[in-house]
Amino acid sequence: MKKLLLASTALAFSAGMAMADEINMGVLLGFTGPIESVTPHMADSAEMAWAEINEAGGILGGQMIRSVRADSTCIDSSAAQAAAERLISADNVVAIMGADCSGVTMSVLQNVAMAAGVPMISPSATSPAFTTTESNGLFFRTAPSDARQGAVLANIVMDRGFDTVAVTFTNNDYGAGFANAFVENFEALGGTVTSQVAHEEARGDYSAEVGQLASAGGDALVILGYVDGGGSMLRTAYELGAFEQFFIGDGMFGQELIAATGEAIEGTVGTLPGVEGPSADAFAALGEANNVLTDSSFTGESYDAAALLAFAAEAAGEATPEGIAANILNVANAPGEEIMPGELARGLEILREGGEINYIGATNVELVGPGEAAGSFREHVVEGGEFVTIRFH
Amino acid sequence: MEPLNALVSVSNFMLIPALAYGSQLALGALGITLIFSILRFAHFAHGDTMALGTAAVIGGTFFFQSQGIGISPLPTALLAIPIGIVVMILYLLAADRMVYRYFRQVKAKPLTFVMASLGVMFVTNGLTRLFMGVGETRFEDGERFIFTVREFREFTGLAEGMALRSAQAITIITALVVMVILFWFLNRTRAGKSMRAYSDNEDLALLSGINPERVVVITWTITAILLVLAGTLYGLDKGFRPFNYFQLLLPMFAAAILGGLGSPLGAIVGAYVVAFAELGITFAWRRVFSYLAPEGMEPTSMMQLLPVDYKFAVTFAILVIVLLFRPTGIFRGKVI
Repeated sequence: MKKLLLASTALAFSAGMAMADEINMGVLLGFTGPIESVTPHMADSAEMAWAEINEAGGILGGQMIRSVRADSTCIDSSAAQAAAERLISADNVVAIMGADCSGVTMSVLQNVAMAAGVPMISPSATSPAFTTTESNGLFFRTAPSDARQGAVLANIVMDRGFDTVAVTFTNNDYGAGFANAFVENFEALGGTVTSQVAHEEARGDYSAEVGQLASAGGDALVILGYVDGGGSMLRTAYELGAFEQFFIGDGMFGQELIAATGEAIEGTVGTLPGVEGPSADAFAALGEANNVLTDSSFTGESYDAAALLAFAAEAAGEATPEGIAANILNVANAPGEEIMPGELARGLEILREGGEINYIGATNVELVGPGEAAGSFREHVVEGGEFVTIRFH
Repeated sequence: MEPLNALVSVSNFMLIPALAYGSQLALGALGITLIFSILRFAHFAHGDTMALGTAAVIGGTFFFQSQGIGISPLPTALLAIPIGIVVMILYLLAADRMVYRYFRQVKAKPLTFVMASLGVMFVTNGLTRLFMGVGETRFEDGERFIFTVREFREFTGLAEGMALRSAQAITIITALVVMVILFWFLNRTRAGKSMRAYSDNEDLALLSGINPERVVVITWTITAILLVLAGTLYGLDKGFRPFNYFQLLLPMFAAAILGGLGSPLGAIVGAYVVAFAELGITFAWRRVFSYLAPEGMEPTSMMQLLPVDYKFAVTFAILVIVLLFRPTGIFRGKVI
């Protein structure tokens, strides 16, 4: 096998030109590990974008994009780094679509991608840390960070006339980061946070936590957690008469929450990343036509990340890591012709003719500099035991 | 100064939950103390046996619900408790036959017993998870509240509200009734007296014609009743989750040791002390004191001795302090 590899590599080098009509791009996702049920659909969505481009004649005058998959494992940083090393040194990828979970993405970025100068677009790393991490302009993401959601939620709470609130969050990186972002933005808007209490998941009794929040007071309770612990907090707070109005983050969304809390949750307002409308519909139709399951987490973000890499290469006029990294923001944001899912060929054509595009994609892509996506959030309220969408932010 | 509001607030957030929690711990600690004084070992499988007993009650509850049998407004689970008790008596007697009896016959050291009960704990734990899974199961039905915060406020016109859930009231009342019956049984009946005699001195009891195997069977039977009651009341109050039952082991042992191992009265007192300490030390007293303090002197800090996360640390500290300074406990029990 090793010999065969060597031989084929030697052949590839001697052939030279034969390689030129194929460009390798990496798909680094956790195909094993805690999110293994989600990643196949993410990878399929990304490859669907590249297949669409290849069918239309490829990029840069007929070069085809070849997808190389590698396993990030979601949790094992050393395995993810080894996989990324392999992608870059053995498969010569010019860019990486990935990684997925925030922890491994950070270690791949800092220890592999930055050293090699290869750009990454993550479809699903939502940690606020990426916004401030210096990546030499190599890191982008199509999923909005939790910090963005904190800002959006702070605005919603304020808009509804609550300027004194108590905050409780699930005791992990997600909850703490989200809570920090919320409190920072809420106080910047002139609001007061009376108390911040962390809660654990899977406890039997939350009356002590609620007692502390009640003692601090506030007009509403902001719960940034999951259905399990957050839902119990909500119900306990309502039953003990500590709070009547609740605001929740994306981790709490789900029909199980309504089942678990009953009448307590009525009137609760929350946020959820996501879009609705023509771009989401176009992406869903595309998935159906290509037999790809798009009704799953982060599929639209994956498709968009893959499309952005191809567009950036076309805009740069060369499929090199430097060229791609330098052009991602140009193709993702205004000004330019708006490109929807399924219109990738038209986008490439505009770029070839020297025009500009503003890639909208499946998730209304708008990148706020390297490392941050603006993202859209859905504001919803619970009415009559149903989540009702109010508007998008 | 509004002492009434302060009292209502502290009752709502601290006293009522602590009273219910203490009652649940007391029933559990009574079982531990009984086993320790009569069978002479620390029963580590107590928490998980409680979980298995509750699982049996939940099974019975779901069966009754599917048949449309209920005792509304009371929870159906109360009807299913006898099923759980029978199942647990059989289970504990089987465990005694298969595990503990051998060690009793060879007069094994207490530590060997503890390790054996650790093994029983793992098996029981596995069984519970096999039947119930690791997630939460809610089996409470019937009327959830005796009175809600809103009803209380409307009725009294106070600024503060107070809620009393049916599960809490049932817990407190049941615990009281069971304790009275238990004390009557131990002090007044022949079987109870033979148990106490066996506990005091095994050889003397044997000489005076007490059948040790019968004492063992009675002990396990009473333990099973206490276990199933404690587990079911805890589950009604806080939802059923196997891991939480395992975690109850620490506060239950702390209660039994604090009260004095082998002393039933000690177990009860210890349980309430542990419950009130856990909740009281981690309680934020600011709201209460702001009602008590004179105008303009309201506290600005949370007035909280320890963050809520340290609830278990409080129990652990109690256990360590008691073992260091008064290993016999409040009521002069045995020393481990």
